[in-house]
Parts: sequence; structure tokens; C-alpha cells
Amino acid sequence: MSVIKRRLQELKEYPSAILGLTIIGILVIISLYAVITIPYGEAIRLWRGGEGVWIENPRNVPPAWTNHFPGVDRPETKVFSTLDRPDLKEITQVTDEVAEISISIPFTYEYDEFPREMSLFFAAEYENTRPFATIYWVTPDGREIELREGSIADRSAYRISQDRDLQRRKLDNLRPQVGLFAEEDSDPPRVLPGEYELRIEGYIFEPDSDLEAQFINYGQVHGLAGTDHRRRDISLALLWGTPIALAFGLLAAVGSTVTTMILAAIGVWYSRWVDGLIQKLTEVNLILQPLVVLVMIGTLYSRSIWVMLAVIIVLNIFSGAIKVYRSLFLQIKESHYVEAARAYGAGNLRIVFRYLIPRAIPVLVPQFVTLIPSLVFLEATLALLGLGDPVLPTWGKVLEDAQQHGALYLGHYYWVLSPSFLLILTGMGFSMVGFALDRILNPRLRGM
Amino acid sequence: MPQKFTPQEQVGEKMEKQESGRKRQGDFLRLLRYSALRVIALFLAVVVGVYLMILIANMGGYVDEIRRAEIAFNVAQQVRGSPEFADLPEERRREIMDSMIETEERRLGLDQPFILRSVYYLRDALTLDLGRSENLTSDAGSRQVRHIILERLPPTLFLFLTAQIITFFAGLFIALTLSRQYGSKLDKIMVALAPTSAAPSWFYGIFLILIFAALLGVLPFGRMVAAPPPDDTLQYALSVIRHLILPVAAIVLGALFLSVYQWRTYFLIYSMEDYVEMAKAKGLSGRKIERRYILRPTLPPIITSFMLGIITVWMGQIVLETVFNWPGLGRLLFQAIGLYDTPVIIGIIVIFAYLLALTVFVLDFIYAMVDPRVKVGGEGGQST
Repeated sequence: MSVIKRRLQELKEYPSAILGLTIIGILVIISLYAVITIPYGEAIRLWRGGEGVWIENPRNVPPAWTNHFPGVDRPETKVFSTLDRPDLKEITQVTDEVAEISISIPFTYEYDEFPREMSLFFAAEYENTRPFATIYWVTPDGREIELREGSIADRSAYRISQDRDLQRRKLDNLRPQVGLFAEEDSDPPRVLPGEYELRIEGYIFEPDSDLEAQFINYGQVHGLAGTDHRRRDISLALLWGTPIALAFGLLAAVGSTVTTMILAAIGVWYSRWVDGLIQKLTEVNLILQPLVVLVMIGTLYSRSIWVMLAVIIVLNIFSGAIKVYRSLFLQIKESHYVEAARAYGAGNLRIVFRYLIPRAIPVLVPQFVTLIPSLVFLEATLALLGLGDPVLPTWGKVLEDAQQHGALYLGHYYWVLSPSFLLILTGMGFSMVGFALDRILNPRLRGM
Repeated sequence: MPQKFTPQEQVGEKMEKQESGRKRQGDFLRLLRYSALRVIALFLAVVVGVYLMILIANMGGYVDEIRRAEIAFNVAQQVRGSPEFADLPEERRREIMDSMIETEERRLGLDQPFILRSVYYLRDALTLDLGRSENLTSDAGSRQVRHIILERLPPTLFLFLTAQIITFFAGLFIALTLSRQYGSKLDKIMVALAPTSAAPSWFYGIFLILIFAALLGVLPFGRMVAAPPPDDTLQYALSVIRHLILPVAAIVLGALFLSVYQWRTYFLIYSMEDYVEMAKAKGLSGRKIERRYILRPTLPPIITSFMLGIITVWMGQIVLETVFNWPGLGRLLFQAIGLYDTPVIIGIIVIFAYLLALTVFVLDFIYAMVDPRVKVGGEGGQST
């Protein structure tokens, strides 16, 4: 063991190994952060949540930091709610029953680009008669546009940016989120910066009746990683994907390399039919395409990531690596100290576990480390084929969504780039360490 | 001076020729016997592998269900199509159908124990006689699993072979060049790039699409030919080549750097052998040393490393075809998953077993050709 420790000290001499270890360290910190700040159940609930959870996010927008690029000034999402700010609302009693209600939402808009969407959500309290209101839009240059008029049901929404009627009649056929913010007669439309106001004026007809409004002016950027087609914050999947990817890669790598080594050692030691059987199984496994087998399991039985993990381990046990270990154990078997052990009467299993396997650990370590990235990518591969875990947020699932919704065609590059970046970062981190370990622990490669 | 030795040399050459002729014949026989045994061994592996898959697939009775569904479909078709049943009342017709289904099931052995049935399934699977797909159809309109799969096979093989041949020869060339200038800047860069091969080919595919299709717009996003396909053969070929560039580049990128790193290391190891020093001391030219004393003994481990990478390459290609919309088996698999088309998925398992066995056989064969130590029945095939 001290030999290994000494060899590990040598890692310091390889800059790529240091870099790799740093990357792995950062990934571990991210994983811990993810698991601690967002509990497992919460992460799943958020990721599977629909409009109810993510309503305040814009759809398909790039991350907020893209605004730091020169010449880019995209709007951010602004939410105004009378629940959070009661001062926006004013109620004047007209008669005992009828009251006049006035909600005024003033805000500054000084970006280069138009908002992504605009929506107005209402919560109304009433027994029989719904509140009635008119919605106005006031631009910085003093124009007042009537958006809509009508009675308001509880939990109703007015999606301003989808109001085709408004678009045709009052905005010269510009989409509302463009027409309402554009300078008059500018072509192509330019944003008119300044103070805007959204005003709701109306009446409530019952003593206990009330009206609350929430105006969301959806931006063109969001958060650390942008949002996807379901308004979900991609950073959630990137964050939670990290512990899943690491756990998946590590467990699968440990499971398969250790079992492979033990089997190879047992095969070599007992030789005859045990060895023959293992050899034959390896031959059969060479013919089976693991991905297709996983696909079959996924379609017929379960897509849970843990079932996949178990299958991957089983398929990996009889891989080509077993031949590497076998040739190694064949050499060790002939060495004198094994003979000595046999002479003092050590049992078969004792020789296998105490004499054969420890000698092969230097070969196992780099193999094991270089196996991790391919397993992390395997998870993404499965997800891309539509066999990802149905509930967990993973990097592969983000890539799959992006691929399914034509992110590359539509120019949503951030959607593809951020999970890819994390995948390649993980891959590179482990491979760099693995390559350095291989050179240190494998005497034939020393100095190359 | 050399003229003095001419006659002797000629005699020597003659003897050598005779000897080498005999040796070549022996080599040929050895190769033939070796290949025959390998074919048998690999076929057995395919049989066992497919049988295992059938056992797993039928764990919940899935294969049985597929068979039953197919029988019911055929019987219904028959009854509906023939005029002699047309006048019968619904109930009577149902009775007839049920009894026909029962007979058919008995005929196909569905009432027999699973052990026996699994043997029938094995036979059907190995001959790709998997009946009808549930949803997918081939481009020609057939719903026979065999037709669907065989139709998708050529594009897959075409892409695979093109990419593998380029990877192999480009890798060999670059590795040899690098081993000549060991320690140079280029060498260091290539070694540093080796870990990038951790990413599978489809991953590079996404980036290539992003750069060359989405941003630059110089190459197509995917598919195998332009739509609609050009009528002219030359134009058609050009269109295919244009569509081939990105997927092939992705596969090559995914495998090249690791191969170059490994092979360069093999070259370095073998160029440090004593006999190479000896050859150098004798004054042989650099090219000759490289060809005879370095490249030749390095080929077997190179082929082994190539073989170990093959499964991963195939795996990457399955997804790559999906990313590039390449009309091959990988894309078919993706579609079959989406539609839960079990017969097609099982068919793809079988065809991939054949493909992998074939790849392994071809590489084994090349191995035996370049490594004269390979003995029949020996372990030489995969050691090192």
C-alpha cells in the first residue's frame, strides 16, 4: 500500500493530473452543494413541475451572463404583483357594494431588445358577479392604448403577447411585446426607452370582492444557464446532474473493475473449467452490443437509472479488460511468493484475495479512473436515445430535450453547450488523472 | 567488391525463394484453419449471446406476446379477407377465429414448455425471421422486420467502414510520425489531446453540426442525401459525400487522439528493442528499420487495441446516426424505442451481434496474417 502512496505522490509532477484533480474537486463541491441546498425530492418535484412551478420564467432564453458580451443588452424578467406590493392598488368605495379599483404598475424599460412575452395573471374574489376592468398601456411618450376590457374570472390569465386582436387593430400588426415597446413609426421597430405604465381600472361589485393582479414582463435572459422549452431553469439540471453523473460513473466503474479483477483472479487460480467458462462468457459478451442490450432492458423493463447501472456493471464485467488482468495473473501465479504461500498451506481463496489481487491493484487504478468518463457519457448516450431516467434531472436529459426541440436549428446554442461543457469537463478531468496514473503505475510507459 | 559475392548470393536467394514458397503455403493453410475455427467459435458465441437475450427478453413473456399478437393478426386478416366467412354471424366468426388461433398457436409450439419454445425463437432470431413490426415500416413499405433491418444495413456499414478506414490509416500515419519526433511540441500536444477521446463520437457530432451547419452553414445538418435526392448519379454521389463529411469527421475525432497516443507508445516501446539497435548498427535505412523492425511487430497490439475500441465505436455510432438523421440501424433503433417496437429492437440486437462477430472475425483474421505466432486453437489471438 505504501508503494501506491509513494506513486501517488508522483502525480504532483504531472501538471495535467493536477488540473484533472482540480476539476474533479470542483465537481465534488458542486455535487455537495446541489445535494445540500436542494433535497432530492425537491429537485425531482421542480424538474417535473410544469407551468405552475416555473410560470415566472421566460421560455427558451439564454443565460443572464450573456449580457456581459459587448453590444448585448437583453431585458431581464420583471414580476410585479399586487400581493407583494399592496401600494400598487387603490380601492375607492363608490356605494356600499360597488367599489372602484385601480391598479397602476409603473416601470422603467431601457433595454435594446424587446421582451420575450408579457402576461397578466389575476386572482379575483367574488360570490356571483365578477369584477370588471379595462387594461391600459401608457408609453413614455404619453400614448395610451387600451389593451382589453371585460370581466375577470378568478385564476385567469391575460397573455398580452398572444393577443392577436390587439396586434391587428392597434399595433400595425406588430406582435404585442414589440408593438407596445416600439418607437412610433420606427422600421425595423426600435425600443423606446423610458417609463412605462400598465394600468388596470375597474369595479368590484360585492362588499367582500377583491382583485389581485400579477404582471410578468418576460425577459430575454434568465439565471445561470437559461431556460428550456418548459420554462424550467436549466441550472437546476446542471447542478443536480453533477452528483448523479459522478455517482453513476463511480459506482459503475467500481462495480465492474473490482468484479472483473476478482473473476479474472479466480479464473486463473482455479483454471480448468472455471477459467474456460469465464473466457467463453467474455467471448459472448464481445458479440453483444451493450447499448442495444440496455435499450432492450429499457424498453421492456425499466428505465430507472439504477437498473441501468446494474445492467451496465454486469455487461462490463466480462469486457476486454478481463484479458488484461488474466495475462497479469498468469504471471503472478508463477511467482515464488505464491508458491511459498502454497507451501505454508494457504487456502485457495486466501491466495486469490491476499496474494494475487493486491499485486494487480496498480493496473486496476488507472483502468478504473479512465473508465469513469466513458460511463458518464454512457448515461448521456442513453438519455439521448430517450432512455434516460424518467424522473431525475441529468445532463443527458437536458441534451435530449435540446436535441428533440431542435436547439441547434433554432439557435438556442446555450441549451446544448452548457451540459456538453460539463460532460466534457468531467470526462477530461478523470481521463487526465487516469492517463497520468497509467504512466506512473505502468512501468512500461514510464517517461513516455 | 560486391560482384565477387554475386553467385553465392543468387544461390542463397533461390533457396530462400523456395523456402519462402513452402512457408507461404504453410502460412496459408494455417490461416485457413485458424479462420475456420474462429468462424465456428464466433458463431457459437452469437448463438449463445442471442439465446441469452431471448431468455432476458422473455422474462416477462414479451416474446410470447409478440408471437400471439402476430397470430391473432394473421387469423383476423384471413377471416376478414375470405368471402366464405363473410355471411356468418359475428359470434360464429369469433368462434372460428378463436379455434384457428388455437390451432395456429399449437402449430407454432406456443403450448409447449418454454425450453423448447426458446429453441424455436433462437432459430427464428438467427435467421432474422422476426415477423412483423408493430409500427415501423421499411421505406419500400414492408412491415417484415427482416426487410426493415436489411434496408437500413447498407448506410450503417457505409458510414462505419469509411470512418474506420480513415481512423486506422490516419492514426497509423500520425502515430508513426510522432514516434519519429518523440518529445517535440506536436508530440506533446497530441499526448495532451488523448483524454478528449473520453467523449463519444456523437458528442463531437453535435459540435460539428453547431459549427459547420448552424453557424457557418457550409454543410448540411444531417440525412444522407439532399431532399429531394438528385436524379443524376454523379450529383447523387456528390450529395452523399457532402452529407458524409460531418458524421465521418465526428467518428474520426472521437477515436483518433486516443489511438494515436496508444499506438505512438507502442512504436516507442518497440523501437527501443535491442534488435532495432542492432539494425541501426548494421546501417539499415530509417525507412527499412521502421517498416521491418518497428511497424511489423507493433501491428498485432495495434489491431488488438483497435478491436477493443470497436464496441465503443459501434455504440457511439448508434447515437451518432440519431444526431445526424443518418438512415441506418442506429436511427432505426431510436425510432423503435420511441414506438416500443419490440420485434424490431430484438432484430437489431441480432443484427448487431452478427456485425460485431464479423468485425471481430475480420480483425482476428488480419491479426493472424500479421502475427505468424498465432497458432490454431492457441491463445495468440488476443494476448498482449
